[in-house]
This record gives sequence, C-alpha cells and structure tokens, in this order.
Amino acid sequence: MGRHVVLVEDEPNIIEAIRFLLTREGWTVEAHSDGSDAVEVIKAANPDLVILDLMLPGKSGMEILKDLRDEECLRNLPVLMLTARGQARDREMAEKAGVSRFMTKPFSNTEVLAAVRDLHAQANQG
Amino acid sequence: MASLNVLVVICMAYVALLFLVAFVADRNASRGHRAGWLRSPLVYTLSLSIYCTAWTFYGAVGYAARSGLEFITIYLGPTLVMIGWWWGLRKLVRIGRSQRVTSIADLISARYGKSNTLAICVTILAVIGVTPYIALQLQSITLSFSTFAEADPARQLNETTTVFWVAAGLAVFAILFGTRNLNANERHHGVVTAVAVEAVVKLLALLAVGIFVVWGLSDGVSETMARIDASPIGQWRVQGDRWVTITFLAAAAFVCLPRMFQVMVVENEDERHLRTAAWAFPLYLLLMSLFVVPIAAIGLELMPAGSNPDLFVLTLPLSQGRDGLAVLAFLGGFSSATSMVIVAAMALSTMVSNHIVMPIWLRLQGEGASVSGDVRNVVLLSRRLSIAAIMALGYFYFRFSGQGAALASIGLISFAGIAQILPALVGGLFWRGATRSGALAGLTVGFVLWVFTMLLPALGGGLLPTSVLSDGLFGLSWLRPQALFGIEGLDPIVHAVMWSMTLNTAAFCFVSLATFPSPMERLQGAQFVNVFEHSVGPRGWTGQVAQSEDLMVMSQRILGADEAQAFFQKEALRQGAHNDFPEPTPAFLERLERELSGSVGTAAAHAMVGQIAGGSSVSVEDLLAVADETAQILEYSSQLETQSVELARTARKLRETNEKLTLISQQKDDFLSQVSHELRTPMTSIRAFSEILREAGGRSEADNIRYASIIHDEALRLTRLLNDLLDLSVLESGQVSLNMTVGSLAEVLDHAVSTALAGSEQPLTVVRHGPSETLRISSDLDRLAQVFINLIANAQKYCDADSPEIRVEVSTKRGRLRIDFVDNGSGIPTASQQLIFEKFSRVNPEKAGGAGLGLAICREIMQRLGGDVRYLPGHPGGAFRVSLPLSSEMAV
Repeated sequence: MGRHVVLVEDEPNIIEAIRFLLTREGWTVEAHSDGSDAVEVIKAANPDLVILDLMLPGKSGMEILKDLRDEECLRNLPVLMLTARGQARDREMAEKAGVSRFMTKPFSNTEVLAAVRDLHAQANQG
Repeated sequence: MASLNVLVVICMAYVALLFLVAFVADRNASRGHRAGWLRSPLVYTLSLSIYCTAWTFYGAVGYAARSGLEFITIYLGPTLVMIGWWWGLRKLVRIGRSQRVTSIADLISARYGKSNTLAICVTILAVIGVTPYIALQLQSITLSFSTFAEADPARQLNETTTVFWVAAGLAVFAILFGTRNLNANERHHGVVTAVAVEAVVKLLALLAVGIFVVWGLSDGVSETMARIDASPIGQWRVQGDRWVTITFLAAAAFVCLPRMFQVMVVENEDERHLRTAAWAFPLYLLLMSLFVVPIAAIGLELMPAGSNPDLFVLTLPLSQGRDGLAVLAFLGGFSSATSMVIVAAMALSTMVSNHIVMPIWLRLQGEGASVSGDVRNVVLLSRRLSIAAIMALGYFYFRFSGQGAALASIGLISFAGIAQILPALVGGLFWRGATRSGALAGLTVGFVLWVFTMLLPALGGGLLPTSVLSDGLFGLSWLRPQALFGIEGLDPIVHAVMWSMTLNTAAFCFVSLATFPSPMERLQGAQFVNVFEHSVGPRGWTGQVAQSEDLMVMSQRILGADEAQAFFQKEALRQGAHNDFPEPTPAFLERLERELSGSVGTAAAHAMVGQIAGGSSVSVEDLLAVADETAQILEYSSQLETQSVELARTARKLRETNEKLTLISQQKDDFLSQVSHELRTPMTSIRAFSEILREAGGRSEADNIRYASIIHDEALRLTRLLNDLLDLSVLESGQVSLNMTVGSLAEVLDHAVSTALAGSEQPLTVVRHGPSETLRISSDLDRLAQVFINLIANAQKYCDADSPEIRVEVSTKRGRLRIDFVDNGSGIPTASQQLIFEKFSRVNPEKAGGAGLGLAICREIMQRLGGDVRYLPGHPGGAFRVSLPLSSEMAV
C-alpha cells in the first residue's frame, strides 16, 4: 500500500530536500506552496500524512491546521508542523490546535524521517 | 531752696494750666472753631512727643551714664520710621480714618475679619506691656519729689501716699478729658493740645539744663567735649547686636504702642500733617537728645559716687543751688510722665472697654441691650472705670514690684512686648494673604516667648524660680529663658527679641499660608492693603425707610423661604412688633446683611441690602468688591477646570504613549520573528542537503552538483540577508556617513543598469532618454546607484510581461529632480502598494530571491539623501519615482 504525504511549503529548495528524503523511504510526495487552497488540496488527496509549514502565503499553517481539525474525516490525520520562526508561543498554539508533531527549522534529516515513521506507525495502530 | 510745699503748689498751678488749655481747646473744637493753631501740623508733631516719656527725660541721661551712646537707639528707631517709613504711616493713618479705628486692637481686629478674639489678645498684651511703663512714670514723679524732699527737712515725704495722689490726679485728668463724650471719631482735642504744651515744656526744660551744664558748669562746647572724653562715657564700646535690636524695638514700639497709635492715627486731623511730622519730629528728637551726653558726663564727674544718674537732670541744678532751673527740670519730667500716662490710660481704656468690658456687659444683658440711649452711658462708664483700673494696676505694680530696677530696662521690656504686634500689623497692611489664624498664632507665640524670656526673668523674685533660670523649664536645659534652644552668650535683650520676633513672624506667615481667610477677612484685607485704591467710607445703615416686604423677598431667594421667615420673625419679636415684618431699623439691616453675607459674601450682601434699603446707594467700591469676590470664585473654579483638563490630557498622553510602546514592542517581536524566519529558511536547505551529501552513494553526479549548488545559493542568500540587515540597521540608526560627490546622472544610471543586469539570464530591456540625463548631481552617488540597482533588479524579478521592459524617465518639477522607473508588467496590487516599503514585505514570495528588505533600504537611503522614493499609482505596470532636491542637481 502506497504512502502518500502532502507537503505544504513555499520554499522550493526545502520541498526538494524533503521530497528526496521521503521518496527514498517509499512515500509519494505531493507538494503545494499556496496556503489559501491547501485545505481543499489535502481533502482531495486524502493523504496518510501532512507536513505543514507555518508561514505560508495566502493562509498561515496555523489556520490550515485548525480547519483540518474541524473536518470530521481529517480529525485524526497526522500533521507534522515545521516552522522557521523561533517563538515558543507558536508551539503552544499549534499543540492547542491539535498538531501531531512540531519541529523547528533547520531540522536534521534523521529527526524528520523518525517523526514521519513514528506518526505513520501510530496512525496505523490506532 | 524750694520747699516741698512750694513744689506742690507749682505742680498744682501747672496742672491747672493744663486743664485750662485742654478745656479751651475742647470747647473751641466742639464749637467748630477748629481753624488756626489747633489744626496746625505743629500740634500734631508735638503730640507725637509723648514718645518721650520720663524714661527719655530722666532715663536717657542715666542710660548714657551706664551704657554710653546706646541711648541714641531709642531716638534712632522713631527717626528711621518717620523718615524711611513715612509712606507706611500714611497708609496706617488712611486706614485708621476710613475704618473709623479707635485703637491698635481695633485696627488688628478690623483687618482680620473683625475678630474680637484678636482684639482681646492685643488688648491683654498691651495692658501687660504698658502697665510697667505706667508704673515707671509714677516712679519717676515720686523720685523727683523725694529728691526735693531730701533737701527739705521740714517735711517728711511718704512715697506711697505721693504716688497714690499722683495716680489719682492723672486718672481724674484722663477721665475728664478722655471720656467727656463719645465722639464718633474718638478725637480728643483738649488732651492733644495739653500734650503739645507739655511737649514744649519738657523740651525747654531739658535744653535749659543742657545749656546750664555746657556753659554754666563747663566752659563751653570744646571743654565739655574734653570732659566727655575723659569720662567713662567716652570709653563705652558700641555693641552692634544690641544697637540693631534696640533700634528695631524703638521703631516697632513707635508704631505699635497704644498711646503712639492714639496720637498718630486716631487723633490725626489731616493726613498731610504726617508730611510735616516726618521732618519735624526727628528734629524734636534731635533737640531732646542733644544735651544728654554732656549732662551725663558732667553729672558723673561732679556728683558724689553712688548718686542715681537717672536723676542728674534734677540733681545737677539742685547741687549748684539753681532752684529755679531745678523746678523747671522737675516740670519737664512731670510733663513727660503725665502726658504719657494720660494718653496711655486713655488708649488702653478704649481697648479694654470696647473689646473686653462691653462684649461681656452686652452678653450679660442679653437680647434687649441694644436700646441706644442706655449704651452711651454704659460705654462712658466702662471707659472711666477702665482708666481707673489701669491707673490702679500701674500704682500696684509700682508698689509691689522691685522699685530699684533701672528705668531703661523696664522701658525696653515694655517695648519688646508691644513689638509683638508688629508682624500682624505690617502683614495686615501689605499682605492680603494674612489671616486671622496667622495673626493669632504669631501674637500668641510672640507673647509667650516674650513673657518667658524677658518679662519673667526681669520680674524675678517669686514669679520665676531661680532653678528655671539656671536649668531651664522642667529642668530642660534648652528651655532656659535666657539661652533658648541652647544658644548662649547672647545679650538677654538681643536673645529675647530675636527669638520672640522670629518665631512670631514665622508662626504668622506659616499659619497664614496654611489657612484660608473667611470672606469678611478677604474683604477687610483688600480694603486694608488697597486702601489707596478705594478708600471706602465708614459703613453702616442710616435709618431710611426700606420696604420690609422687598427685603423679605430677596432674603427668601438667598436664604431659602423657611430660614428667611424664621429670621424675620425673630427680628420682629426682638423689636416687639406684632406682625411678621420687623421695622427696617439700621440694627436690623446690619444683622440682615450679616446673615446674607454668610451665603453670598460680605460685599454682595452689602450691595443687595443697599439697593433695597436705599440707605446708601451701591457705590463703585461696593461693586468692585462684589466683582472681586466673584472673580476669586471664578478664578478658583477655572483653576479646577484647568486642572481637570490637564488631568484628561495627561491621561490621554499616557494612553497614547502606552499604545505606542505596545506597538513598538509588537513591531520588535514581529521583526525578530521575521529575521529568525529569514535566517532559518536558507539554513534549513543548507543543512538538509549537506546531510544528504554526507551520506555515501545512491546519487548521480548531476544530483551531487545540483545539491551543492543549492547549498551555495542558499549560503549566498544568507550573506545577502545579513548584509541587508546590517545596511538597514546602520541607515535606520542614522549612523551612516554619506560620501557626497559630484557626478553625471547618466553615468550613475549606466553603472546601475549594468550591475543590475549582470549575470542574469532573464532579458530586460532598459529604455533611456539620453539628453534628459545630461545633469550633474551632487549626492552620495554610490548610495543613489544602490537605489537604482534595487529598482531595476526588482523589475527584472517581478515584471511578468512577455518581453520585459523598463523605462527610465528624468524630469524636474517644483525644485525637485525626478527619476521614474516604469516597467510594462502587471504592476503591484493597490492593497500592497502601501506595504512594499515595509521590511520583509514581498508581493510574490515564490519569485522573491531576497528577504524583502530592498525597498525598505531604498526608502531609508533616499531619506538620508534628502529625497524620497515612492510607488507611482496609475501606471499599468510597476512604477517607482525617486526624487531629489534640485539643489543637488547642476546643469552641465
């Protein structure tokens, strides 16, 4: 069974890096760089995992997360959030909004891969 | 040798003469023959000479014999006042006349809101201060009598009896001429004229003795001078602090002594008399003091050791067998003593009667007392009794106090006591802020200190235990009467005067500042301080008909219906009327005015009653006083208003500042977040790809190269970002130093275009118009080029036309050089046009290569160069205008 991830990120180089890492692990990576229609894209794709940047054009990652959690079918979807802003307040807000994992950029590749594996295993067990 | 009997006969004759003079003067005055000599300023000046008492007549010589030239201070004080404070005295006299003041106690009381408490204080102070002084006069008369008696073996003199008869005789004189009638203005022409005659007698007597001493006993002026130098007087040293203190005391006493106030203010016929007195009285004092030192010096030389120097004026002629001269000297001394005693008794009796006896009597009599006929007789009786009582006090003081005390010291104690009135008096004349409480505090403090530091130690004996004098009150050493607060080594007089006057004045000022005057005090204060601006005549209602009904209507408006009716009923009852309306008698009108003044202020009440009663038309002064009160209230309320406006303004400022600070703090947080984001983003790519490259195998060579070049690009992006941040920080902090040079605009543009386009694959056509660029400009050309490069590079990045093109247009308008950069793309959305110059703002993030600091830097640079850069709306494509002041441009 193929594992599908939607990556919402506006930095082309970061998309390329994550795509490289996850493809190697057997994921299909669907990248999207605009925040405004990200929720629709995710709903349509029905992925196993979402990797969400916090600062996005159009709509912030935080709002996208809240919208996802409001949808009945997406409530348990694992969401890994990445942010380049160094504020502790962001982590608190994201956890309140129901983020599955929160990581600060720059990240280490092994950490990201471990987090992705972890989230996927949890989702499959539950 | 004149026998005692002869002397008594001469005295009787002299007194009879005085009676005659007083009687004639009084009769002339009451008949209206007041023209001629009675009105002369000379009489006024001579009447002021009651300042020179027996103390001065006999005592000055004794003073000189004991303390050298210090006696001059007693003359110096009044002289300074007369010459230097002439205008102050004129104000005092004007107030005295306009307020119908009867005594110094009355003046102080009137100034501080007609407070009887103050009047009683001043009266008690005056009685305590002046009684020893009266005793002193009695003593001098007795001493002079006994001097003659010693030489007359035929008759043994009983001192006590003599003093008793002298005192009784003076009391009779004072009663006869001081309380003949109740004159509205309290003037006593008879007494004043008699005092003037006595002034001449004492001056002539002293001059005669002086001439006898200088030219009779000595051989003219030069020899006298030599004998003075040889005498102890020549060796006395001047003590500066004592000189200043006693001069001040004499000056204060000259103004504040009740008898001086009586002749100077109450008995003053005409303000202009002061003008004459200002030079004539100092002249009189000069003549009085002229022969003091010669008499003292020759007396010390010729008289046997141990003889009383206070009596040299008398004993010198006697010892030389000059009986006639001695009798004249005796009459001089007698005149000095009697005139002082009579006027002092009169002045004190007015105070005692008006402020102590009459209020008590009125209270005892209750409501029905104000029937007028009765009161006149009661007032006269109370004055007469007061005179008798004061003379009795003096007599008993003389009998029971230590009679040996030197004349001068008693005089100075008296002066210091009376001087305690000075702060309240002078403050009242010149300071509107002085209040009743302040005056009361000052008087009390001064009085207590004077009694403690001066009067009690001087009385000695049983009144003050010696332990208090040596160890202080309650055994506290800082409460020693002659070394208060541990200050020792001062002369007792200097010490007492310094402490009592300083603390008196301090208490007066401090309490005045701390308390708020009542409306009555404010009104009286204004009339005193500004007496020359509006000399209001005496107030009071004449019995003209007023409409009680109208008064009732007005009172209801001010007091309220119930209270007004109650007041009118009470008044009607008091008058014995049967209906609710009292007759508008003057007494009723005055009470009504008082009642109303509680609500609307004194001046307004007076004006309102005046308008209805018609007894006195409302004068300009009344209106001014009303306006003054109203203005004070308005001023107060406008102060409040200003304060509340100020408070609101402060609150608003605080709120704005707070908002601004919050905003700045918010902006700082946002900026840090942005910087963090901009730094972490390239670092994320660098870290991710370097970790990928670190892993062994599994990638093509092309991949490796591609990933390495991403790392390279992101590293460059980081560097650029840091450069921009530093650049911006330097520009924003204003620490940038500009390198102003002159150059061609065309060259700057050439440089900018080639730099912006270098190394770029994307084609961008730059359209320029050569001739318009042929300008030489003076600016920081590198910085200007940086702005141009930024604008061209932006066009290159964001212009979305198929064949991107940017036009550079140079023009001048309104003193400014304008360089427009217009591309043929789709431009910037209107909503974003305001934002593009802010830090980290990007319109199309996916296309951006930078951190969004470029335009922010451009804006800062142009501000430093005195120009600006802004977006030009209205063009289809992106359009920016750089403008510079034309002064930086010069034609080629």
